[in-house]
Amino acid sequence: MGVMLHDEEIEHLTTVLYDLYGYDFNHYARASLKRRVMRLMTIDRVPSFAELLHKVKTEPSYLPQVVQGLTVNVTEMFRDPAVFKTIRETVLPVLATHPFIRIWHAGCSTGEEVYSMAILLEEANLLHRSLLYATDLNPVVIEQIKNGIFPMSQMKNYSENYILSGGKKDFSSYYTAKYNWAKFDERLKSRMIVSTHNLVSDRSFNEFQIIFCRNVLIYFDKELQDRVLTLFDESLDQLGFLVLGTKENLRFTSIAGNYSPFSIKDKIWRKTS
Amino acid sequence: MAENQLNTFQVVVIGGSAGSLETVLAMAQALPAQMQAVIIIVLHRKNDPESILENLLSYKTQVPVREVEDKDEIQPGNIYIAPPDYHLLIEDERTFSLDSSEKVHFSKPSIDVTFESVANVFRQRSIGILLSGANADGAAGLLKIRKAGGTTIAQDPVSAEVGYMPQQAIDLGAAGMVLDEIALISSFKELLNA
Ligand SMILES: C[S@@+](CC[C@H](N)C(=O)[O-])C[C@H]1O[C@@H](n2cnc3c(N)ncnc32)[C@H](O)[C@@H]1O
Repeated sequence: MGVMLHDEEIEHLTTVLYDLYGYDFNHYARASLKRRVMRLMTIDRVPSFAELLHKVKTEPSYLPQVVQGLTVNVTEMFRDPAVFKTIRETVLPVLATHPFIRIWHAGCSTGEEVYSMAILLEEANLLHRSLLYATDLNPVVIEQIKNGIFPMSQMKNYSENYILSGGKKDFSSYYTAKYNWAKFDERLKSRMIVSTHNLVSDRSFNEFQIIFCRNVLIYFDKELQDRVLTLFDESLDQLGFLVLGTKENLRFTSIAGNYSPFSIKDKIWRKTS
Repeated sequence: MAENQLNTFQVVVIGGSAGSLETVLAMAQALPAQMQAVIIIVLHRKNDPESILENLLSYKTQVPVREVEDKDEIQPGNIYIAPPDYHLLIEDERTFSLDSSEKVHFSKPSIDVTFESVANVFRQRSIGILLSGANADGAAGLLKIRKAGGTTIAQDPVSAEVGYMPQQAIDLGAAGMVLDEIALISSFKELLNA
């Protein structure tokens, strides 16, 4: 990447994005945000920071591309299969004791994680009494969840992940292949509520038995991480589960005291108070 | 630890791909039990949830070895390993951060990404070492370290199991020194004592 940006420039950009459009990237982790801005400039062939700033200020239609560019959407089905195995074997039996199961996937990107969970629920015969809230700040990725269409090229990998997660079926029974795309069963989608939600600025909107927030907190600084974790704490039932990314940790955070490790290797905690 | 010591520790960042594991283990074995530097290791490897690399390294040295988690504190006297499937970044002098964004040179973790991040934050206190590999990752990052005033070493492509990766760095003019494994390990020790 050619350009080299300074901290002050990043701050300038985040201020403009907030003042003009209400998107608050101020407490995003600097090192990665800087890379995202440089990548955006390279991809969109914006030669200087001044021009990027000008474009952002004068072209509101450029905003979706900026939001898409600054955030990282990389995801997959049954990402870290061992985590889903643990959920299948030890979390679902607990959830099954509830008459109705509410699940929040915060920062779920294009929804692969949500479809994975829907499949686990279906196989445990719990899907019909579950609701999966799928939220992300980026309206573009949200649309893809509603479509339920994923690239065929990924299916081999997802099928392997599915089996590692303890899946016993033929993974291809969950989708119909059309050209280069796999369209997932409408049944899975029927229990999903898809909406934009910004973890920085939006509030708690329900009470859940389990919240997934995987590989989102890594993009936040510690102060924002604490704020978002407090939001989850307010949104989680007594004895509810919190599932973070495999390299994220509740240790040293403001809510750590209210949680006990349920499966430390899988980064699953349970609310105790 | 005295405040000024905190601000002067060196940061050694080692990148390797195919054929580099033995060299990394030999380097770990050469470490004094007490050292002031921070050592960061970025190796291309399969996603192993069992942390095999962490265990292998721990057999070779008394120095604490840790696979990095998000926002871990950077403390002198430790070896840190980039976790599989994440890029390892330096947030500031005291803090790591992780990033699950797109692969760079087909790699995650990418050596370039960490080298560049170390160069940005630690400038002339950075020491970059690029080992064996069949990939172009690491060369551009090593150049960033060199341009920031840091020390850079490429393993001699002839002595490396796979010479392609260090050769790329040499061709870019990123290598301040080109050393075979034995010379590399002895200058590694010297740099740590400096
Ligand atoms: C790397 S993806 C994680 C997807 C999935 N949870 C996983 O682990 O595979 C990170 C997602 O977080 C979303 N995100 C970033 N900032 C956010 C915010 N303030 N509120 C909600 N979502 C956010 C991004 O749009 C992106 O889709």
